[in-house]
Amino acid sequence: MSENKSVKLSFDVAGGDFERAGEASSKIKKMLQRLGIPADIVRRIAIGTYEAEMNVIIHAGGGNVAAEVFPDNTVIEVSDHGPGIPDIDKALQEGWSTAPDYVRQLGFGAGMGLPNMVKCSDDFHIESVVDEGTTITMRFDHQSEDL
Amino acid sequence: MAQTKYYHSVELQEDRCQGCVACVKLCPTEAIRVRNGKAEILSDRCIDCGACAAGCPYHAFNVSMDALEELSGYAYNIVLPAPSLYAQFPDSISREDIWQGLGNLGFDEVFDVSLASDYIACEIENYVKSYTGGRKPLISSTCPAVMRLIQVKFPELIKQVVPVLAPVEAAAIYVRREAAERRNLPADLIGVWFISPCPSKETNIRQSVDVQQTQLSGSFNMSEVYGLLLKNLGGNDTSLRVTTGSSYGMEWGAYGGEIRSAGLENALAVHGIDNVYDMLEQISMNKMPQLDYVECNACQGGCIGGLLAAENKFVAESNLRRRINKLRQEEPAGREEAMAAVMHLDHFPASPAYRKKLVPRPMMQLDDDIMEAMKKFERMEEVLCSLPGLDCGACGAPSCQGLAEDIVQGKAHEIDCIFKLRASVHKIAQGMLELAKQLPMSQEPAAVNNLEEDK
Repeated sequence: MSENKSVKLSFDVAGGDFERAGEASSKIKKMLQRLGIPADIVRRIAIGTYEAEMNVIIHAGGGNVAAEVFPDNTVIEVSDHGPGIPDIDKALQEGWSTAPDYVRQLGFGAGMGLPNMVKCSDDFHIESVVDEGTTITMRFDHQSEDL
Repeated sequence: MAQTKYYHSVELQEDRCQGCVACVKLCPTEAIRVRNGKAEILSDRCIDCGACAAGCPYHAFNVSMDALEELSGYAYNIVLPAPSLYAQFPDSISREDIWQGLGNLGFDEVFDVSLASDYIACEIENYVKSYTGGRKPLISSTCPAVMRLIQVKFPELIKQVVPVLAPVEAAAIYVRREAAERRNLPADLIGVWFISPCPSKETNIRQSVDVQQTQLSGSFNMSEVYGLLLKNLGGNDTSLRVTTGSSYGMEWGAYGGEIRSAGLENALAVHGIDNVYDMLEQISMNKMPQLDYVECNACQGGCIGGLLAAENKFVAESNLRRRINKLRQEEPAGREEAMAAVMHLDHFPASPAYRKKLVPRPMMQLDDDIMEAMKKFERMEEVLCSLPGLDCGACGAPSCQGLAEDIVQGKAHEIDCIFKLRASVHKIAQGMLELAKQLPMSQEPAAVNNLEEDK
């Protein structure tokens, strides 16, 4: 039996589409529940994925949200071809945000997105090139402590 | 998977069921399938909310409850009327007349659930105000259908549930012990009864989610008792013992009452099982970490909207509101003052000593073994892609997704889908046609010609 067995789900996400926002993370959450991943881990993955999905909708004009579930961990990869992040260190600080006003009025853009993703996940990786796009990779261990 | 046997007060009356799938679509936990033309409740998923019974056009669901004749099995009978019972009557009918009516039905003592609600409201207030550090919002624990929804669909929220007893359970613990001492009777000869507005509270007596050992003897169907009470209101039996609560405890009959009686400002009240579901989903996504408390009632309007309530929920809400206002004029001004004026019982039970831990009852997982679950998931996705995606329910499952899940679990077949069936029939018929064209004639052409002429 191969321990590298995995199942994948992938969704294209449209930029600025707040009505369907959260659909990808919600479907990923249901998949994880069907696979029997512990409830607290599912919750963390859902929250982290939702934050990343929202970032793509708010800042990047669309992108892709993909989940790959292995027996002992889940990897979420969220990529876009948006404007990129010029200063990643700054973006990782709590409260720092470039979200436009109309987005903030919807209750998003509080500058907690990236910091929350770091907090939720067991491993967080971000690559971003200005004018080319951003790719975020988060790993969640299925056996880790509840945060 | 878990082998626990679950008790349910909601049962199907097969002879009435027409197999129409209305209930299948209404069930919040996808716990009903129509198989062989009849609805079937999946026991490990059912949360006894009663949505199926409320929405069935053929009244094919029964709620099994106790009968008043059972009072004769006890030496002394105490009834615990909830605010929702008072709400069934216009305020022109006094509380005294209702109490006397209960006496006429055979009860020896009346102990209002509203008084226990006063105590539980204080516990909630203290718990919420001294809660630090943990996840928010906290979630109210008093509706058993909501507790079961959390067990099966949102086990990750169990830590956020406030660990207090449902008021009726706390009332039963207190009153059985106190009456046994006062009457000098063995506790098991005392009948302690609830008049329930919903099936989930009845189920909670048989298989509790909140109390280690219930002290209720059973419960009666509110709409049945209502009918009997109407004919028996009033009287002047001075031996009838009555203990009652404040107008704030009375508020618990309708949505928002729990929050008001606990004096919580930064809190929301949610009612209706679909709304509660939506709310729990938002909480699970951590979208309201600034909110202190959420009151959740499975029924629209709160307990007055229960399946077994006789009166329309808006009429009942109006009745309840008028009763509360009237009561408020008779009691000390101010919430804390009004509650303190009635809370003078000795040793009213504090929840921690009697409460049992809420445990998860996850129902979503396809298999206990993750490798198996992965295989089933992939197969399920394949099956789902081949289904029409109309969620018509004709197969007896609530959605194409539900059918795909049943198929990989070996509980249904692809041709349960009417569109798949049509496609297969079409294919078979096409095959027959092809076959007919290719088959050599087995009879002499002359004999066939004769047959034609005979016509």
